Amino acid sequence: MNSSGGARKEGGSESSSKKSSKKPKYSRFTQQELPAWKPILTPSWVIGTFIGVALVFIPIGLATLSASGRVVEIIQQYDEDCVPPSYKSNRVAYIESNSTNKTCSTSLIVPKPMKAPVYVYYQLENFYQNHRRYVKSRNDKQLRFKDSANSTKGCDPEATLNNTGPIVPCGLIAWSLFNDTYKFSINSKSLQVSKKGIAWESDQKHKFGSDVYPKNFQSGPFIGGAKLNSSIPLSEQVDLIVWMRTAALPNFRKLYGKIERDLDANQNISVIIQNNYNTYRFGGRKRLVLSTTSWIGGKNEFLGVGYLAVGGISLFLALGFILVYIFKPRVVANSECPSVWS
Amino acid sequence: MAGGRIREKIRRSNLYTFACVRPHADIIEELGSLPDGPGFSRIVFCNQSDLHRRKPLRYGLNNISTTKYNVITFLPKGLFEQFRRAANIYFLLASILSLTSVSPFGAVSMIAPLTIVVGLTMAKEAIEDWRRFIQDMKVNNRKVSVHRGGGVFVDRTWQKVRVGDVVKVKKDQFFPADLLLLSSSYDDGICYVETMNLDGETNLKVKRALEVTLSLDDDAAFKDFKARIRCEDPNPNLYTFVGNLEYGRQIYPIDPSQILLRDSKLRNTPHVYGVVIFTGHDSKVMQNATESPSKRSKIEKKMDYIIYILFSVLVFISLVSSVGFSARTKYEMPNWWYLRPPDSKGLYDPSRPALSGLFHLVTALILYGYLIPISLYVSIEFVKFLQAIFIDQDIHMYDEESGTPAQARTSNLNEELGQVDTILSDKTGTLTCNQMDFLKCSIAGVAYGKRSSEVELAAAKQMARDLEEQESGMTSSDGAFRRSEIELETISTPKWGNDHKPAIKGFSFEDDRLMGGNWLNEPNVDIMLLNFRILAVCHTAIPEQNEQSGGFTYEAESPDEAAFLVAAREFGFEFCKRTQSTVVVRERYPNFGQPVEREYKILNLLDFTSKRKRMSVIVRDEDGQILLFCKGADSIIFDRLSKNGRMYLDATTRHLNEYGDNGLRTLALAYKKLEESEYAVWNNEFQKAKSSIGGDRETTLERVSDMMEKDLILVGATAVEDKLQKGVPECIDKLAQAGLKLWVLTGDKMETAINIGFSCSLLRQGMKQICISTTHIDGTANDSKEAIKEISDILFVSHQAIKESISLQITNASQMIKLEKDPHAAFALIIDGKSLTYALEDDMKHQFLSLAVDCASVICCRVSPKQKALVTRLVKEGTGKTTLAIGDGANDVGMIQEADIGVGISGAEGMQAVMASDFAIAQFRFLEKLLLVHGHWCYKRIALMICYFFYKNIVFGLTLFYFEIFAGFSGQTIYDDWYSLSFNVILTSLPVISLGVFEQDVSSDFPALYQQGPKNLFFDWYRIFGWMGNGLYTSLIVFFLNITIFYNQAFRAGGQMADMSVVGTIMFTCIIWAVNAQIALIMSHFTWIQHLLVWGSIGMWYIFLLIYGALPSTISGNAHGILLEALAPAPIYWATTFLVTFACILPYFAHIAFQRAFNPMDHHVIQEIKYYKKDIEDQGMWFRERSKAREKTKIGFTARVEAKIMQLRTKLQKKQSGAGSNFQSPRSPMS
Repeated sequence: MNSSGGARKEGGSESSSKKSSKKPKYSRFTQQELPAWKPILTPSWVIGTFIGVALVFIPIGLATLSASGRVVEIIQQYDEDCVPPSYKSNRVAYIESNSTNKTCSTSLIVPKPMKAPVYVYYQLENFYQNHRRYVKSRNDKQLRFKDSANSTKGCDPEATLNNTGPIVPCGLIAWSLFNDTYKFSINSKSLQVSKKGIAWESDQKHKFGSDVYPKNFQSGPFIGGAKLNSSIPLSEQVDLIVWMRTAALPNFRKLYGKIERDLDANQNISVIIQNNYNTYRFGGRKRLVLSTTSWIGGKNEFLGVGYLAVGGISLFLALGFILVYIFKPRVVANSECPSVWS
Repeated sequence: MAGGRIREKIRRSNLYTFACVRPHADIIEELGSLPDGPGFSRIVFCNQSDLHRRKPLRYGLNNISTTKYNVITFLPKGLFEQFRRAANIYFLLASILSLTSVSPFGAVSMIAPLTIVVGLTMAKEAIEDWRRFIQDMKVNNRKVSVHRGGGVFVDRTWQKVRVGDVVKVKKDQFFPADLLLLSSSYDDGICYVETMNLDGETNLKVKRALEVTLSLDDDAAFKDFKARIRCEDPNPNLYTFVGNLEYGRQIYPIDPSQILLRDSKLRNTPHVYGVVIFTGHDSKVMQNATESPSKRSKIEKKMDYIIYILFSVLVFISLVSSVGFSARTKYEMPNWWYLRPPDSKGLYDPSRPALSGLFHLVTALILYGYLIPISLYVSIEFVKFLQAIFIDQDIHMYDEESGTPAQARTSNLNEELGQVDTILSDKTGTLTCNQMDFLKCSIAGVAYGKRSSEVELAAAKQMARDLEEQESGMTSSDGAFRRSEIELETISTPKWGNDHKPAIKGFSFEDDRLMGGNWLNEPNVDIMLLNFRILAVCHTAIPEQNEQSGGFTYEAESPDEAAFLVAAREFGFEFCKRTQSTVVVRERYPNFGQPVEREYKILNLLDFTSKRKRMSVIVRDEDGQILLFCKGADSIIFDRLSKNGRMYLDATTRHLNEYGDNGLRTLALAYKKLEESEYAVWNNEFQKAKSSIGGDRETTLERVSDMMEKDLILVGATAVEDKLQKGVPECIDKLAQAGLKLWVLTGDKMETAINIGFSCSLLRQGMKQICISTTHIDGTANDSKEAIKEISDILFVSHQAIKESISLQITNASQMIKLEKDPHAAFALIIDGKSLTYALEDDMKHQFLSLAVDCASVICCRVSPKQKALVTRLVKEGTGKTTLAIGDGANDVGMIQEADIGVGISGAEGMQAVMASDFAIAQFRFLEKLLLVHGHWCYKRIALMICYFFYKNIVFGLTLFYFEIFAGFSGQTIYDDWYSLSFNVILTSLPVISLGVFEQDVSSDFPALYQQGPKNLFFDWYRIFGWMGNGLYTSLIVFFLNITIFYNQAFRAGGQMADMSVVGTIMFTCIIWAVNAQIALIMSHFTWIQHLLVWGSIGMWYIFLLIYGALPSTISGNAHGILLEALAPAPIYWATTFLVTFACILPYFAHIAFQRAFNPMDHHVIQEIKYYKKDIEDQGMWFRERSKAREKTKIGFTARVEAKIMQLRTKLQKKQSGAGSNFQSPRSPMS
């Protein structure tokens, strides 16, 4: 029997060191055995989640709705009314003419008491501030730095004034700055409109230079919108700063100023409007808005409605699942019915 | 000879005259018209390779190249390959366009990722091809000794060998090309060849030179050697060769036994001379090679369609945008004075709206490009790379013995592993170790051998396990019934089993009655003696003395022959020497001190052929007695027994059935004594037949042999276990439970294949076997033994008739299956290579395939490598399902390349299979983990990942489009460029990668879950569109909720309005939240990594905003200080995020809750079981669930055990009712 040893082929012990080096090292990571949390949607989890969502969402919805309900808002469209009757058929000519009187007056009635601060907005419609050509037409470097007046990249065709040098601030956005103005008075007593804090603090501090002054602005053959006082640095030109935050949608509001005074109900505010801005050419509308704010911002019913809707659906689903689990239960962890194993 | 030399002179002179201009026209003429027309036009001038340097006889050189590219073609061809991907083309176009001013983004952000993706993939290709090139060079530069002329042989590299060269191949060298064997160092011109690289068989094959060339047996003899071979053209057929040798004015036919094929190895023969017939790519083995295809997974192909769909969406919305844009530009923009329309040129020129529309189309195509993210490809590559690392690192797929870990050689196909439907497996070296163990024998009607076969052991184990399960689960009465059965079944499981002494290779016999000479004490000693002598003498093996130990090892044609010899040696009959005409056996008897050497003179040797299924030797022993020893398939032997030779027939038959049932390979042994005169008469006739030339030589020989091999006396039977590789039956069982079909494609004989089928439970008792072969008239029978009735005439009928017969067999079988009433009936299809050639023809293959698909197991035997590939292709294309081919040898390369996934067995000698494979594992059993765990996970991971990826990019991309509607289609994005850029890079890519790398549904022990892959439950169109729909919904919710909430209302306490950057940032926040919450809902497995990446991504967004906002305004623009100053203090920002996120995921959440509650998928149920720890608490239920999973399998152990239990139960009932009074325990050895 022992002589049979030769029958076995040699070579079993080739190189055991080589073998062990190739052996994968054990670690829970490489063996995919890391401890893991494996949640599964058991009925209690499902129902619990839906009820939980409902319990959170419905109160939030109610709170937002009530906050929104406390906001008082006055909206007055004035683009039509401010065109003199003789120009009704030719509004573009009226607005584009230098000789016509652009002053116009209207009055607002305060429906409910408005706590200070009351924010004054202008609202433009059908104005594509989000058009690519428009959005790109600015130069942040030029706005920020005194020495960068010559960086007018992207500002065409409002980049330089012939022979005179760069336009500061350059670009179409600045060029088309809104230039209607409003004067408010209650019972002939003028109402101060403060421009303080209407622009973002960071914009004033970090985006628009305090040593950059308007130059060659609105001096070209085409006049767009408002002119800027060239002795005031850009960081103080709050209307420009607000305007330069281009709106997301073609209908937008921008903050004009704020009235730091409570307004009582049924007060009649008369407004004198300098109707300068040409929205007639592109068929846009102009509105004047006075509004208070709450913790969620302006009058915003939709947010509350949305919360209530999601909360309501969750509640409904929770009830649905409860009913089904009661009347047609499936024993969890059992596969009696399904086509599982076939 | 003289005439030949004159002719040669003429030829030589031609070299220097006009032959250079008009080459060889005369030679062709001289040869006359070619005998067999097209397909047989090759002419080889032996020893005159110079003649083959020019046309028309210039054949290819012997160098081979398997590379895909070369230095010049790499760049164009590689790039072409890359840009065949639909997405890459798109990215390329986008990159080119991004260089122009119309692009909404910077050029670098488009070009860089594309370059990285394409560059990395091409680098990978280059490295792979370089490896192939190095390998080719190694082969091409092997040395072989070639006749230079004048009887001098010099070493030359393989690549310089030409057709017509005479080469001398030494022992253990590979043949450099296909050669005609001229002579060998043995006088009779035989040589032994190992064809492992061709057909995977490690046993040696004998080749014989023509007698006429035997004299060419030294170098000098080739000085004047001239001959001419006319033969078939290069073809891939390994087992045929048609041609003749014209030598000395005589024509001799050449048959395959004179052909030495390239890549096979000379063994046990000092040297041979041969003349080169086919070189390089003309050689048969290279003809069998198929070009390695680049494989892509089904998911990836389907992903292309998703890309097409999304691309259509992209084109559609781009068209909408550009039409909208040009309409706006034409009709409205002239009034938009704030845009200074008269100064607008190019892109915004209102006077040329069509042109600006066209420009804008390009802009839009790039802008909405987020729908088709290049990051998807980067992420997928990365994920697959990590998945491949997990495969490589898997400690459960590391083979201790050979020291090889699993290797994912390509990471392209990870997910395809989870979708396999059919496995095509090689047998030798894959399922089996190619080692036969002598396990049992039956001598004179007594069964010996106590050790159980692996099948028995495994079946016993399985049954014991089932019993336990049943005990815990079943009702008591039934359980008791079962128990009695199992006890009855309890096997003489070897307590003395595994490691009580060093195993002898090829010998696992265990029975003290025979060992150590004890057989002398048994009755029927003379029969015993004969039995051992038959084992020791009746074979064609050669002994090899081991120099160290002095023992013998045997080089045999088949491993079972070697096992017999080892067994004989262990019983005391050591075969120690073979000469041309004698066999010497050293016989050892316990009562004698010294062994006795006995010489048997071999008078005749009647070869084994697959048709004869037997071999015999006629010997004269030292007493002068002439004996015929015969061993062969039991059915064949039993038919040839004499009247008085049937003494032990009943007992032996019983034993044989038992052996066969236990997966053992059986042969019956018989002998007969011959009278001198009787022998002389027969020998006369035999010699005549042998020397006859012509087509019917074979038939005559066979007939004459037949005459001799009759009236035999049965001695006994042997049972050899074809050693399966470790864990193969268990693995097959698991694979069967997973619903995978296993086809075995083997180069082996049909009987061997059937035996292996039994031993790995692909076949079992009670399964209906359908045998299709050219030698059977009755192809269908319930039992293989009946099926093996041969009508040799059929072999010689014409091609058409064979084809018809096979067609008929297939039709009959299909009919039979259709008519089968019993739902538990299982069929097995067994087909041989020759029938397969017909069955694979175009008009028949679908019929064949549909039959094969209906069968539970399919075994193809005697198949060539090419056929393996063809069968693979047929399955792949015919069923449209994913195929996996697994094999270990060069003969499997074709099928490995052809299959959707090729798996190579590494750690063995040859590396060809591994080189061609996509995955390499060391053992067949690792396939289980590779498929059922890695494959299943990878499939799910990739499917979920791709769906999610499209979802998130649809969400993002569509919001861009919605915004366009509000921005006059101008191409402005609401998001800051940097947000968009970081969306796919840092904000959402890591969670999806963690999903792709770490997601696990349930841990591995549920094979039935695997079916989710082949059924493609996670990547069907329903799901894909579901995810797209979800993306659409989410994008609508995100965009319109935000737009409505921030429409004309102050968002800050200071009364400031939300500008574009604020709305964009809030919207983007919502998207980040929504898509990350969504992925958290998809995941079902959270390790700290997932937690970190998912929640970290959300955190990352805020960090990003902080950092970006802190940058100077010249960089961050309107996003400067946005989070700290404006958003964070505004409650509406958080309230909106909260609302939108929940609104986005609510439908999906409700969907999965609903699905789990009312229509749970398999993994849901298992997850629940695990979650409630029911598998621990309620064992019975756990087993019930598990056994349900196994129910439907028809192959594998489990099915076998079930079938056995069923069978036993009927038997038991019979016994109880008294009907079967003579029932015996099937395994009582002493019956």
